[in-house]
Formats: sequence, C-alpha cells, structure tokens
Amino acid sequence: MHFGPHLLLAALEGLVTSAVLALTALGLSLVFGVMRVVNVAHGEFFMLGAVLAWAISTAISGHPALGFLAALVLAPLIVGAIALVAERLVLRRLNYNPEATIVATIGMLYIIQQLALTFYGPEARPVEPPFSYRILLPWFGYSGYKLSIIAASALLLVATWLVLTHTKIGLVMRATQYDSETAQAFGIPVDRVYAGVFALGAMLAAVAAVLIVPISQAHYLMGQDPLLLSFIVVIIGGLGSLRGTLVAAVLIGLSDGIISVFFSPTLAKIIATLLVAMVLVFRPQGLFGTASR
Amino acid sequence: MKDASPAKPYALHLGVIALLFALSFVLPDYHHGLLARIMVLAVFAMGYNMLFGYVGLLSLGHAMFFAAGLYGAGLAVIHLGWSVPAAFAVGILCGAVLSLVIGVLALRTSGVAFMIVTMMFAQVFYLVMLYLASWTGGDQGMVVPQPARVLSFGATSLELTNPTVRYMSALALFSIVLLVTLAIVRSRYGRVLVAIRENEERTKMLGYDTFSNKLAAVVVSGTICAASGAAYALLFGYVGSSFASVQYSILPLLWVLLGGAATTLGPLVGTLFMYYVVDITSGYTSAYLLIVGIALILLVLFFPKGILGTIRHRWLGWLP
Amino acid sequence: MADKNGFFDLSKTNLTRRTALKGLAAGAGLAVAPGFVRYSQAQSSAPIKIGFQSHRTGIGAAYGRWYEKTTAAAIKAINDAGGINGRPVEVIIEDDGTDPGRGAEVVGKFATQHKTDIVFGTLFSHVVIGSAPAAGEAKMPYFVVSEGHHVASTKLNRYVFQPGITDVKSQIQSMAPWIAANAGKKVTQIFPDFAFGYDHRDYLPPALKAQGAEVIAQIAIPPTESSFTKYFPQIPAETEVIYHVMVGPAVLTFVKELGEFYGSNRPQLFGFIDSLEATDINSPGLEFLDGSHFWEGSPRYAQPDDSAAQKAYRAAVGIDDNGAAVGDPKDVSTAAHMFGCWETLYVVKKAMEDAGYKGPEDRAKLVEATEALTEFAEGPEHPQGPKTFNGKIHQCFGIQNISKVEGGRLNVVHKTKIEDGLYEPEGDYTTQPL
Repeated sequence: MHFGPHLLLAALEGLVTSAVLALTALGLSLVFGVMRVVNVAHGEFFMLGAVLAWAISTAISGHPALGFLAALVLAPLIVGAIALVAERLVLRRLNYNPEATIVATIGMLYIIQQLALTFYGPEARPVEPPFSYRILLPWFGYSGYKLSIIAASALLLVATWLVLTHTKIGLVMRATQYDSETAQAFGIPVDRVYAGVFALGAMLAAVAAVLIVPISQAHYLMGQDPLLLSFIVVIIGGLGSLRGTLVAAVLIGLSDGIISVFFSPTLAKIIATLLVAMVLVFRPQGLFGTASR
Repeated sequence: MKDASPAKPYALHLGVIALLFALSFVLPDYHHGLLARIMVLAVFAMGYNMLFGYVGLLSLGHAMFFAAGLYGAGLAVIHLGWSVPAAFAVGILCGAVLSLVIGVLALRTSGVAFMIVTMMFAQVFYLVMLYLASWTGGDQGMVVPQPARVLSFGATSLELTNPTVRYMSALALFSIVLLVTLAIVRSRYGRVLVAIRENEERTKMLGYDTFSNKLAAVVVSGTICAASGAAYALLFGYVGSSFASVQYSILPLLWVLLGGAATTLGPLVGTLFMYYVVDITSGYTSAYLLIVGIALILLVLFFPKGILGTIRHRWLGWLP
Repeated sequence: MADKNGFFDLSKTNLTRRTALKGLAAGAGLAVAPGFVRYSQAQSSAPIKIGFQSHRTGIGAAYGRWYEKTTAAAIKAINDAGGINGRPVEVIIEDDGTDPGRGAEVVGKFATQHKTDIVFGTLFSHVVIGSAPAAGEAKMPYFVVSEGHHVASTKLNRYVFQPGITDVKSQIQSMAPWIAANAGKKVTQIFPDFAFGYDHRDYLPPALKAQGAEVIAQIAIPPTESSFTKYFPQIPAETEVIYHVMVGPAVLTFVKELGEFYGSNRPQLFGFIDSLEATDINSPGLEFLDGSHFWEGSPRYAQPDDSAAQKAYRAAVGIDDNGAAVGDPKDVSTAAHMFGCWETLYVVKKAMEDAGYKGPEDRAKLVEATEALTEFAEGPEHPQGPKTFNGKIHQCFGIQNISKVEGGRLNVVHKTKIEDGLYEPEGDYTTQPL
C-alpha cells in the first residue's frame, strides 16, 4: 500500500484507540485527582463492563442494536453500583490512605478477576456490533462502527466536561479535589463526593469497554493493558486536567498507530513507550499539569 | 529507631538468620525448597523496600532490575559459558548500571510521575527482552544448563541444584542483604533517607544533596534486586521475560506493604505470608485468587501498616 | 476432579505435620536436627499418583479446563480397565497460573510434597521451559502436552517427554506441501512476536521453499497488541496466501479486522486452529473465515470417516459432533490439542508396564522404558491416529489434518502422512546421565 493511505489507516486506528483510552483514563483521572487513590482495580471495572455487555446482549434477542443499547445503559450502572459498594466497604474504612488503598485495590483486582473466571469463564467472547457498515475507501475497507466509537466517545467526553464545569456537582467535585479539608469545612459532604467519584470513575471505564467490545471481545484478563495505558495518560496529561487527559490520550493513541508505520511492530512499541516516558522525564508535571502542591 | 541501643535489633536479626539456618534441617522437602525460593524473592522485596520504605519513592518498574540480574547472570552462563561467581557478578553489575541510568532519568520526577516513569521504563525493558529473542529466548525463556550450575572451589564443587546447597546459598544471600540493609538503615545515611521521605524540602534546606542521596538509594535498591534476580537464574535455572513483566513489579510492592514498609524484616514476612496464602488456599479451591484478594483486603483493613509495621506501632517500638 | 477429597486430606495432614515440626524445632531445641523426614514407599496396592500441572488461571485457562476434562476421562477409562500394573491411578491437580515461575514451584510441590510418581501436563511453552529444570533436578519424569518444539530441540533435559502430541516444527513442515500445491505460492505470514510465532517464522520459509513456494513477508505482532488493522498495509499486494497463527483472546478481533480490511476480495487464508480453540467458529465476525483452511491436530467436528476409537474417545470426553460440551453447545472444546492428554496418559501406562514400575525408585527405569518406545498404533488408546516415537529426542510424530471452514463447520479435506513431518534430530537426550 502507498504511504499516504497507510498513514491514514494508522491515524484512524490511533484515533479509535485514543477515543476509548480517553474515556477510561478520564475515569481513573477523576478517582486519582479527587480522591488521591491509585485504583489498581480500574482495569477490572473495564473488564466487568465488557463481560456484562456480553451477558446483557446475549440475554436480549432481536436486532443486535437492542442488546447493545441495553448493555450501554445497564453495564455501567451495574459496574457503578459494584464500585460504590467496594468504596463503602473498603476504601472508606481505610481513610483513603494511599498505600493501604493500593493493596486493597490489588485485592479487588484478584477478587473481580476470579469471579469473572468462575462465572464467565476463560474464553474470549464476542459481542455483535449494533450495525456493521463497512466504509469502502479507494485503498482499503474500514469499519463504520469504529468511526462511531470516536463520535460516541467525543460526546461522552463533552458531557462529562459540561457536568464538571457547569453544574453544582462538578463544582463540589472540583472543590474537593482542590482542597478536601477546606471543602469539608464549607459543608461539602466530602465522604459522599468520594463515593460518587469512585462510582463515576468505574462507570466511565465500563462505558469505554462496552463501546470497544464489539470490535474487541470480552475476556477476563482484558483489564491490564487499559489500566497501564490509562495511568500513563493521566500522568502525561497532568493530574486533574481534563484537557490534558484528552490530549495525552490522542497523543498516545496516535503515536502508537503512526510509529507502527515506520518500524517493525515490537520496535515501534519500544520507541513509542520510550518517547512518552521521556516526555514525562523532562516535564514531570505532565503536559497540562501545574507544578505539584 | 526509637531505641538507640543496637543490641536488640542485631540480636533479633541474627536470631532470624539462625532460625532459618536451623529450619533447613527440620523442614520437610517441599517447604525446604519453597523457603529457599522465598528467601531469594524476599531479597527482591528488601531491595524494593530500600527505596519505597525508606525513601518513600514508589516504583512500579522494579521488575527490570530483578530481570537485569536474571538475564545478566543467566545469559552469561548460557552464551558465554561463564562460571557461577562471574555470572553472578555480571548480573549484579547489570542491575547497578541499569539502576544508575534509570535513577538519573526517573529522579527528575517524583510522586505519581515517578511511579509511571519507572513503569514505562520497565515496559521498554520488557519489550526489548522480547525484541532480542534470539539471545534472550523471548517470552519462552531459556534454561540455564544444569551442568553449568556448580560452584567450584579448587577440587571441591557444589551443585547449586542440590537442595541443601541451594537453601544455604539463598540463606547466605538473604543474610548478607538483611544485615547490609540493617546497617544502612541504622547509619547516618539511612536517617538522611528517612528525612527525605518525611520532608524533602526541609532536608534540602538543611544542606543535604537530596538528589545524590536518592540516586544512591535507587542504585542500592536496584543492585539488591539484581542480586536476587541473578541468584534466581543460577539457583532455579530459568530466565524468561515473564519476570520482567509488570506483574513482577507489583509483587515486591505487595510483599513489602504486607510485611510492613520501612521494616527490615517486613519483606521476608510479606513474601512468606503471600506465598503460603497462595500455597494453602490453592490446595482447597481452584478459585484461590478470590481468597487471596479477600485476605489482602482484610489484612489492610486490620493491619494497615503491614504485619510488622503494625506490630512495631502497637508493641515493639524498637523494631528497625 | 474425583480426587479432590484425597487432596484435601493430604494438605490437612501436611499442615498439622508442619505445625508439629515447627513446634518441635522451637521447643525441643532441634532434637530432630538433621533428620529429613522420609516416608515409607507406597504399598503395591496404593494408587499411582500423577501430578497434573494445569492452566487453571492466567491466559491459558481455556485450555486448562479442557485438558482437565480429557485427563479425567482418560484416567477413568484406565482405572475402569484395571489401572496401571494393577494399581489405580490418582490425579492431583495444581494450578500453574500459566506462569513459568509458578510452574516450577508446582513441579517442586509434586516432587516433594505430594510425592507423585510423575508430573504431567501443560500447554504453554514458557511454562514447560520454566518447569523443566525443576523436573530434571528432582529426577521427576515430566510428560508435557505442549506441541512446542522445545522438547525435540533437546535443550531441556532427559526427564521431559512429549509423546502424545506432535511438535510445531513437524506440524509446519507437513503443512507446507499442501499450502504450496493448493493455496498459493506467495505467502505472507502473520504471527505473534513471541516464541510460538517464532517456530512458524523459522520453520515455514525453508519448508515452503522445498515445495517451490516462498514467504514474501513476515509480520510479527507484539504480544501486547489488541488491534491489528494498522499492520495490514504491510501485507504485500501480490500475496496469494495469508498464513496466520495469532493466538490469545484477541484473535477474533484479528479475523474481524482482516475481514473489514479486505472485504470479499481476499487472498487465501491458512491458519492454525490454535487461534480459535475454545471459540465457536460461528461467532459473529468470523463469517470472513468461510472457505479458509486450518491445521487441526485432531478434528473438532465429527467427520464421516471417524474411526470407532475416535467416536468412543469423543463420547468418553463428553464432546458432541460439533466439538462442544455435550449439553452446552456454547462450550467449545480445545479438540485440536486436548487429545494429547488422553494419548500421553496411555503412553505413560504403556511405559510404566514395560518398566515394571513400582514406585518413585523406578523413575529412571520409566525414563528408559519411555525412550524405548517406537510406535503407537491407532486405536482406543491413540484415537487421533498412528504415531511414531523418537526416544532420542523424546518426541512423537503423527498425522495432521487440514480442514476447510464450510457451512459453519470444519471439514477435514486432507490428512498428512507421518513421514511429512519427520526431520533430522537435533540432539540426543539418551546420552545425558539419569
């Protein structure tokens, strides 16, 4: 294939990766930014979203779009509820101590993974896309559904941004993030904000997973890569910066896609990872972060 | 560290070493073998603790230091046919050099950025090991040939595959590293590290070069981890990329947190605890990860500072 | 498995024994000092204990489950027919987590705690290679069902055997003539950038060259990859056959994306079923595979010319004509590989009987008896087909199936001969000391 179309394809692929990554990372960023909790189980919430999407879409017969839409609504709600329970039962009792929460979320990771293995099984299972339209470009075919993921993710990101910047809930969350003690003093129920943020973070991961599962598939070990990538995106973008998270997700998704045009695949991964690490070495506060307080 | 008298901690540590030595003669074969492995991995955890516990730097990339030692020692035997002591030295040297380079770069960051940078460098290291599969064996790994795994002293030779020799080698490494850590922690340098952990700005204002002190800690930590990796390759005869994966970066963190960060014996206790929880529960159910997960959560709820950390906090203030 | 209770009790007794020992050590001042605890040999009527290293968790879990089912069926059949040397056979399962480090620990546990007679098991190459030193050091015969070339490469040790399934090198070599004659001469390979892929990368080009065909491009996909479209432009336009051996959960994505990329105008496809083991061939997105060909060790779908032995084997393991669990059509088996567990256990039986095996003190005799085997006839014990065994490289050789995807099932269109897969031995284990 010629260079131009090849690059176009790589860029499209990179954008799809970015779109899903942005949503997942945003969830992690909220939890990280507001609660200062390193949620190692974040990838497992992502996995749960995908597994539930499979369960819901196979339970509903008829046109695949019906099952998919049901999954898009129900799976995040269920995952959010699970996260809420975990937050109340465990994280709150640990007073959000950073080190203790790492161990606790590793514990959650094991529990969720094992439950998925026991009840869902070790196989990879596909979910039918709501529609399967193949866009025919002069040089290659491309999945219409993949493009719709980019759109859906953009919509959700805009919605989250609006909530954070234009609603009282958002204000409360930002106040808690900025200084939880002062927020408490001003009568903000920090405790409940934390619970809500943890659930919301998990729900964002679950939505991202429901979107990706028709082109990927549900598997009980699928949570690890999104977790690692999300961490990278959150830190590169700068803690607590929505804009930074988005830019970093696009940067990482695109660089991953485009560098693969020029190098053999594993070498491309090495170079992409090294480049991103170097960005962080020379700009430790991230692209859009302010210097740490 | 509340008690300045060195007698108690040294007596305790020597007692632990003596106990491990004595256990070699009474343990049933299986636990004998398992304990040898646990001691080697506890060295990995002790190296991790050096940086995480005492300097407060949370790295998610220590698998690369362990793996540097593992590959350095293993490949020196496999490809160059070097003797065990030489290969062990190469492994340690690899870890020292790698940790120096990574330290210089990663220490430009702190906090969560440090965590992610180390994780990414470790990921690069892991991928490079895969990329160089013709030398490293990639993900399949390579066997360190059994005949090469002998320690020769003139006419006598000790086979590292012999369970007793293996146990004693592991114990020797463990003891040296334990006493070295204890000495470091109780030294002036160790107190500077803790000061950096508690308040880096203030330590800097007091005139300490915090960067060099931290860099030295990264190198000490990386070198100890590499020693563990090198010992693992030589004692257990396998090198492979799974030891460089992110999972092996999280494990020492877990062991240290369980045993008690910033306690010298915590890494051993944490490693021992984790190994036996998996070993015992996997005998009762195939869903043992569930029990491991629940155990972790219960432990952190009731022993938030780790096992030894909590004991020190509540009862034994003098524990180092 | 049936032995679960036995295992239960065993760990309990060990626990108390350990506690007691610890108490002794602390209290009585090491009165028992250098006494390594030894236990009396198994009585002649006591069961033969086989330690089964299984992928219960980790990436190999889908295989592990079916390996366990097949093993349980084979053990039941062996015990119903009187066991081995008149003794019942008992299987003790330990999870290796599909991790080489844990794998080695598990072998150690079988050798020193469960005191099994042999260790049997696992699939993933890195677990086998990681566990091999532990088996060699414990002088524990270790029978694997991995299909990796590692055993036959003679880089492991004298205690590791692969008598129940052919190795990848042999499989690839026997595929080449058919590919060159029926699919096309210009081949592009897509494989994972790790060991399983390297066997294909290294052995296919010379095998194809010998048949007058050639590999025109090799695309190695990093193991951490979850989407593949961006690599497809590297497939040269003149490609006649895409030879794919993707493994792991992302394979459905791979096929689907290949379908989106090419549409109906695609090159021939030839793949190894490893990619789609435990996956329904009729899953959404896999329509694109219709008309393509796969290597299968043992056919997943029942074939019209199945032997009585094959039928009996399928019934014993509990898979239906579509290769799914009886009663659960969604639960697709790993049919192309798991037969190896059945056949390996029968090889173990044969070797133990030849050696007059009585207990762990006869392990060396067992190794020699296994090395002395040369041929396994097709039949109830070897339902996949006849095999030869090379005792010097501890590897069996057998027939392979090439199946075509048509009408939502895999139909065998070609069976290779044993000779197609033979190659020059790369070494000789029998020169190693026992």
